[in-house]
Amino acid sequence: MTIRAQIGMVLNLDKCIGCHTCSITCKNVWTSRGGVEYAWFNNVETKPGVGYPRNWEDQSEWKGGWELTKAGKLKPKIGGKLGVLSNIFANPDLPLIDDYYEPFTYEYDHLKTAKESKTVPTARMKSAITGKFKEKPEWGVNWEEILGGEFQKRSKDYNFADIEKEIYGEFENTFMMYLPRLCEHCLNPSCVASCPSGAIYKREEDGIVLIDQDKCRGWRMCVSGCPYKKIYFNWQSGKSEKCTFCYPRIEAGEPTVCSETCVGRIRYLGVLLYDSDQIEAAASVKDEKDLYQSQCDLFLDPNDPDVIERALADGVPQSWIEGAQNSPVYKMAIDWKIAFPLHPEYRTLPMVWYVPPLSPIQSAAEAGKLEQDGMLPDVRSLRIPNKYLANLLTAGDEEPVISALERMMAMRVYMRGKTVNGVEDPAVLEQVGMTKDQMDDMYQLMAIANYEDRFVIPTNHREYAGDGPFDAEIAFSARSECGFSFGSDSNTGSGKKVNLFGTQTHANTLSGSPRKPGGSS
Amino acid sequence: MAEHLNGFLFGIYPYIAILVMILGSILRYDQNPYSWKADSSQLLHSKGLRLGSNLFHVGILLLFFGHLVGLLTPHWLYEPFITSGQKQLLAMTAGGIFGTMCFLGMGILIWRRTTQDRVRATTKFMDMAILLILFVQLVLGLMTIPQSAKHLDGSSMIALAEWAQHIVTFRPGAAEFIMEEALVFKLHIVLGLTIFLLFPFTRLVHIVSAPFKYLLRSGYQIVRKRG
Repeated sequence: MTIRAQIGMVLNLDKCIGCHTCSITCKNVWTSRGGVEYAWFNNVETKPGVGYPRNWEDQSEWKGGWELTKAGKLKPKIGGKLGVLSNIFANPDLPLIDDYYEPFTYEYDHLKTAKESKTVPTARMKSAITGKFKEKPEWGVNWEEILGGEFQKRSKDYNFADIEKEIYGEFENTFMMYLPRLCEHCLNPSCVASCPSGAIYKREEDGIVLIDQDKCRGWRMCVSGCPYKKIYFNWQSGKSEKCTFCYPRIEAGEPTVCSETCVGRIRYLGVLLYDSDQIEAAASVKDEKDLYQSQCDLFLDPNDPDVIERALADGVPQSWIEGAQNSPVYKMAIDWKIAFPLHPEYRTLPMVWYVPPLSPIQSAAEAGKLEQDGMLPDVRSLRIPNKYLANLLTAGDEEPVISALERMMAMRVYMRGKTVNGVEDPAVLEQVGMTKDQMDDMYQLMAIANYEDRFVIPTNHREYAGDGPFDAEIAFSARSECGFSFGSDSNTGSGKKVNLFGTQTHANTLSGSPRKPGGSS
Repeated sequence: MAEHLNGFLFGIYPYIAILVMILGSILRYDQNPYSWKADSSQLLHSKGLRLGSNLFHVGILLLFFGHLVGLLTPHWLYEPFITSGQKQLLAMTAGGIFGTMCFLGMGILIWRRTTQDRVRATTKFMDMAILLILFVQLVLGLMTIPQSAKHLDGSSMIALAEWAQHIVTFRPGAAEFIMEEALVFKLHIVLGLTIFLLFPFTRLVHIVSAPFKYLLRSGYQIVRKRG
């Protein structure tokens, strides 16, 4: 057993209002550069719909994620190492920019310079790539916003598998939900696996998956490898870029920009401890429906003394163990089992989890009364089909989703009884198998959702990266590495060991030991 | 005068070109690793790319290694097995086949780069320059085949191989082997050396990063320790 820690995220879809604040703040921070106008590290899709890029969920088209070989071994769906290399001259599984959308702007200047005319001048659409006029946009990051477009097209949604979908095209039966998406920072990332350069890596200390921009050679295999299509090829720089989980903020103990700015308070960040030796086994279980459970089994109880001892021995800082004990992600995903990984069938073991949304009771309008299941309204008659949510979150297994919806419903019934009628009904708790304390805790976290409860992020401990318990040099050089740097860019800064034109002779000497930059202890 | 020029182009220029290639590449890799990339335009335009790019890359790689082996293999190594006449015929046949592959592929790539709006808009000067230079070089190479067919005794081929082997082993007098050869061979060599010279300033640098190390990676995952 080797214990590692990861910062995970939970999104409570029940509270997402689809305002796109997360997408906009993310774009302003991370993808406002040339070549990534079309890229949205965070985007919000309306489901059902085929999404952005078009039909991303359907891996029979895009070949993202993993598959099992006949021998039961994991292999990237785009092919093994030889397969990837044989496609390196032209990647047959690469989306075209039109599958996202061609970036565009408008000819605003015309509004100022147009000569007098009978009609009001207009600012026509122009492609940001070619500078030529375009008649109209053909697709976009939220093209199907609030059920935009025909049901015929939207119903190609992969999550309609095994569902008689025609009735959901009828006005009376229609349903919708929002799905904010970002990089999943998977435990078993297929982008890392498909990068021939070895430029993509998972950080040991917090699990964030990053692309080393200096090492990326632009072979563009990661774009295909990622089943969530959350790696974007920058057509100006020729390099791939992706969500960084706002690692500079996370390192400082602050939430990601998308989480910080979420007006609905739907996002949660917290530590999970897991056994990294079991990743491969967990991702290779045969039946896709077992993947959700096998992933849950990876996570370790942060209150177990054996786990704590082992984690400390494996180099997990004490503050991170405490973070795991107070982690809202652990509570929602593991304790209460109300949050699920997105498409576990891709076998990537994603680490951004989703609480399924409740929806109006379908039969209420028809019959004038609610269908009851014991003390609770029957979640099987919710407007959003359980099967649809199960296809999204548990590889089609409805039971865990139903159980989560029941617990969320129970929270409402219980709290309503308590605050409106002044009665705490133990039967409700019993029906969903929760204790009073758990329910109070769940209410506090999900309904009140205070900032400090949603974001439990221990600061990064880079000083533990050295051989000893506390490496003063790393700590001090990290402290002062921004601001004034040596050289014109980060490449010639203090961290580099070899430089054609010579490096500094001393690293930051505030550590008390004047040593050569990059020299090991 | 002609002798002087010959001496410069085939005795001195090779060293200049190779030196610039090596030093330029090291300098670029060291000072601006961010610029080191394949610079694919597939995201913007994929029509014809699969056929064109594969034909071009496979063709040009085989041509490159064909030249490498053909020019640098010492004569005593192959003489017991084939005559130099047979070797010349082999080179002409292989070069003809791979050259045609490369020609077709490059035709598609040039069509893409010159006529397709999105690719044109994102083409840098050096992208176009190196593509056209490679194309001219390929055509020159193909033109040497009928020239070679005029005398099948392998003498020209031996002279060219002698030149190459003298250059890489730093022996004097290399240029003299070329003096009497046909113009098309001379042009092909000079342009080839120019490609070496331009190498660090173009997208060709991605050749050096051909990711064979990928095959040696144990497992698929990479986890990096902080530091």
